[in-house]
Amino acid sequence: MIALSAPFTQDKVRALKVGDMVNITGTLYTGRDAFHKYLHDGGEPPVPLRDQIIYHCGPVVVREGDQWKVRAAGPTTSIREEPYQGDILRKFGVRGVIGKGGMGPKTLEALRECGAVYMHAVGGAAQVLARCVTRVAGVYLLEELGSPEAVWALEVEDFPVVITMDAHGHSLHDEVQSRSRMALDGIL
Amino acid sequence: MSKLQESLLELVRRTSAELPEDVVSAIEASRAHEEEGGAGAYALRVISDNIALAKTASAPLCQDTGSILFFVHAPAGLDQIAFREAAEVAVRTATEKGWLRQNSVDPVTGANPGTNVGPGSPYLHFDQWREDAVEVKLMLKGGGCENVGAQYALPDTRLGAGRDLAGVRRCVLDAVFQAQGKGCGPGILGVCVGGDRATGYEASKLQLLRPLGDRNPDPTLDELERTLVSEANRLGIGPMGFGGATTLLGCKVGLLNRLPASYFVSISYMCWAYRRQGVRLDGKEGIAAWLY
Repeated sequence: MIALSAPFTQDKVRALKVGDMVNITGTLYTGRDAFHKYLHDGGEPPVPLRDQIIYHCGPVVVREGDQWKVRAAGPTTSIREEPYQGDILRKFGVRGVIGKGGMGPKTLEALRECGAVYMHAVGGAAQVLARCVTRVAGVYLLEELGSPEAVWALEVEDFPVVITMDAHGHSLHDEVQSRSRMALDGIL
Repeated sequence: MSKLQESLLELVRRTSAELPEDVVSAIEASRAHEEEGGAGAYALRVISDNIALAKTASAPLCQDTGSILFFVHAPAGLDQIAFREAAEVAVRTATEKGWLRQNSVDPVTGANPGTNVGPGSPYLHFDQWREDAVEVKLMLKGGGCENVGAQYALPDTRLGAGRDLAGVRRCVLDAVFQAQGKGCGPGILGVCVGGDRATGYEASKLQLLRPLGDRNPDPTLDELERTLVSEANRLGIGPMGFGGATTLLGCKVGLLNRLPASYFVSISYMCWAYRRQGVRLDGKEGIAAWLY
């Protein structure tokens, strides 16, 4: 188990490789379809994204007194952001992306170029992941994008992920797919 | 709330927060097959922790409530309109209480009424039977796994699949390969051979109501089910597609008659978050027994 703590510098992130199991401590910024389209269409990020991590997640957040509480915070399918992700990594210096299901060749190339990683959270594990959120530090674009699509700044402790696309051009998704293709051909 | 509404509400709560015992046992058993320290074993550990946490907290174990599918067996004379209304009250209330996410959206306007009640949601499937009791089963099926379901029309030249069980096998293995980790595996397959495009998919979902450990009464299909699980697990896709020994936890196959001109194979993929529970109601519409 590797601990990755803020600040998420390029050196720390370049040292990670496919298959590494990592616990993240620091702040994650949620962003899904509407936020990626907003940035792609020329919108300004509400917070500086340099050396930050974007989490593909539409959390269930409730208001308790003057605090936000996260009730569920599992990953959503990342491939929907494939048209935008590479450009956003390059333009804003994002250091990492968390989601599920993996991403395509455009993102893999951008990760290599920028020294960033794609990290896979366990799909469906809404409770384990919600419990890693120690505090909601803020929320941005809430009125413009609505709650699930807003940018939530989540302070997390030991948030568990697996590196499935690294900064060196390797993708676990591509490897598993080609190995399983060979196995399937063998079986048939 | 009426007694029926209360009973259905408890069914929804428990289905959302607690996996049935057969699924929990299968997940726990699969952990022994994953290489220690590997990413597959790691995913299963997180999954296992998540199952326990959700149950203790009585909270949704997955954030994706999914499709809300009720399957009702009742004696002749059940008022289906009243039953549907009670199910809608239960779903509305469960959504207010946070046991279900506000998850049902108009496909054209994108409007989300926030109740999970609307065209097609919840879905109710009624069957009459000769028994006196009413049995209600509920399945919550998430979008990620529904997206990787597949339907094949045989013969399929690309797969080299003809109109026989050997062709069915090629379709099922292709569906598992295409899904990779995107359906939140390890998965469970419901398969229907035959029927038409609509009835085939419906029957594939009905197969998912079978307990994981049961045996198919048809010896040919029983052997096919076992072969498919063992072959799928040799593909090495593993939990979440991280690589590993557990790609499928089960595969259930049923048949419907087909037309001479058609040969469909319909496959529903269920994620590890296999939320399915059921109750037998007593004469006063309270819960007499849990079915899984």
